[in-house]
Amino acid sequence: MNPVAAVLMIVVQVTVTAITGYFFWRVLKTPPKSESEKEE
Amino acid sequence: MTETKTTEQWGSRIGLILAMAGNAVGLGNFLRFPEQAVENGGGAFIIPYIVCFLLMGIPLLWIEWSMGRYGGKYGHHSTPFILDTMAKKRLWKYFGVFGIFTNLAVAAYYCYIESWTISYVLHSILGTFNGMNQTQVAHFFDTYVNISKSTFGIPYEAVVFYVICLLINTWILSRGLDGVEKVAKIGMPLLIMFGLFLAVRGLTLGTSGATAAHPDASAWAGLNFLWTPQLNSLWNPKVWLAAAGQIFFTLSVGMGTVHCYAAYVKSNDDIALNAVSAGFMNEFVEIVLGSSIVIPIAAGYLGVNWLKAHVGFGLAFQTMPYLFEQWGPFLAAVAGVMWFGLLFFAGITSSLAMGTPWLGFMEDEFNWNRKRAAWSFGLIVLILGLPTVFFYNYGVFNQYDYWAGTVSLVVFALAESLLFSWVFGIENGWREINEGGDIKVAKPFKFIIKYITPLLLLFVFIGSFFKPRGNDWSLAFHNLFTGKGWILDDSSVVKQWFNAGLHKQIASATNIDVLHHLKLELTYVNGARALLSIVFIALCVMVYVAYRKRVKEGRVSL
Repeated sequence: MNPVAAVLMIVVQVTVTAITGYFFWRVLKTPPKSESEKEE
Repeated sequence: MTETKTTEQWGSRIGLILAMAGNAVGLGNFLRFPEQAVENGGGAFIIPYIVCFLLMGIPLLWIEWSMGRYGGKYGHHSTPFILDTMAKKRLWKYFGVFGIFTNLAVAAYYCYIESWTISYVLHSILGTFNGMNQTQVAHFFDTYVNISKSTFGIPYEAVVFYVICLLINTWILSRGLDGVEKVAKIGMPLLIMFGLFLAVRGLTLGTSGATAAHPDASAWAGLNFLWTPQLNSLWNPKVWLAAAGQIFFTLSVGMGTVHCYAAYVKSNDDIALNAVSAGFMNEFVEIVLGSSIVIPIAAGYLGVNWLKAHVGFGLAFQTMPYLFEQWGPFLAAVAGVMWFGLLFFAGITSSLAMGTPWLGFMEDEFNWNRKRAAWSFGLIVLILGLPTVFFYNYGVFNQYDYWAGTVSLVVFALAESLLFSWVFGIENGWREINEGGDIKVAKPFKFIIKYITPLLLLFVFIGSFFKPRGNDWSLAFHNLFTGKGWILDDSSVVKQWFNAGLHKQIASATNIDVLHHLKLELTYVNGARALLSIVFIALCVMVYVAYRKRVKEGRVSL
């Protein structure tokens, strides 16, 4: 691959993977809301 | 706004996100995205694509998730009465009809493609493609869709697989949200696993696939073609329109499915984080996996020049089985199962989402139970879908895809974004997006949702209605300002409406058989439109009847 294409591909794919992973991790990490919180 | 009925809810947050991501991830992630990228500036396409994702895709996801959850609070699980709850004008519920109509019509032809993947998985296992050359594999597909012939020895094989596929979808839908959630929890991880396997193969193929027939074949060249930025293309409106269009279709926005799924979210549960998480999961599948399979593998065996000439939907079924054959019988079978299995899971998680708005509507408005509603969905889709199966070669499939799967989405998305920001009001909308949020949505998005997203949608709307000849916008504006007028392309909505392209082909046809085929095609095309119109009108009537029923029962929103 030419360097420009390779760099662009790696940067874009790594960034998208990292952001996807981050948001999914936030979803997994956030505890479910208790019923009382929902009533508020 | 009166009572809230007790209805189904999602079993788990992960199940919801996987189902939402599965709704968005479809065949287009693997087939349409690479095609759009190579046709619109390669690596440069990614810049407008990401900009459109941030300015249109994510805001639309927030809009649709919050509209759905808002409607769900009042017991509405389909767009006609979700929209009705958000505005005083009674007309909005008829815009909401698009959110059921689109799904019925798209499911009709989408399940047909899905049925091909089931058949191709079986053919891959049985080694049908062993020893076939590229032409034979392509011919196999043509034989398959020409339903009078059979590849398995089963009469009307394509119809049989279509019915099997519909039965699977209907049965899962009849199990309720629990069934949908289970499929998403199994299907999405498998899809990603299969995708990763094929992507690694694509990225490591290099030049090992070059042969005497294709000495220049190289996966690297394919990736160069896809990722080298041609920055001058950034100034071309065509590229921006293509990027906006791709974001639109890949996220399954403007369909009513996101609203429907979100309507089953508990009233104070998060939607802000859920929406971005599902949206980015779709982007991962599209940008990381979707760009690393078809393009490098096809270029790795057939060369970039061949790829440029043949990039498109046909690659999946007419070329990929041949390319897998180059890996030997065992790996070919494994890769075939993975590729068509991946497409199957991408398809079924989307087609199940298409069933839920109809189910929600019939349950809410006519008190049908889940099973009855699911089987009625299967029956309607079968009736609507059989013309696409029998007359695939006569343009019926494309008509459904164009009017229901393309134009309707743009019209509905534009209408809902205006409703959300300008009728329901951005203050109410912003509050709704952030209510119960596990992340705080950045303030600039309030401005983006109010002004930028509707403008971008208007841009897509106008661009598709008045697409200039050759999609050459620079020339079109030059012609306009020099008094030569605006010449429409045959693929613009306006010209499509009048079947301009087909009439031109008929006028220039010299071969009697071709002429006969084209005239028949015109008849079927008009028939398909009539059928779609009947469905749309029937749904409007049903919404009116449901509204009158609500008035009688004192359940009308104020």
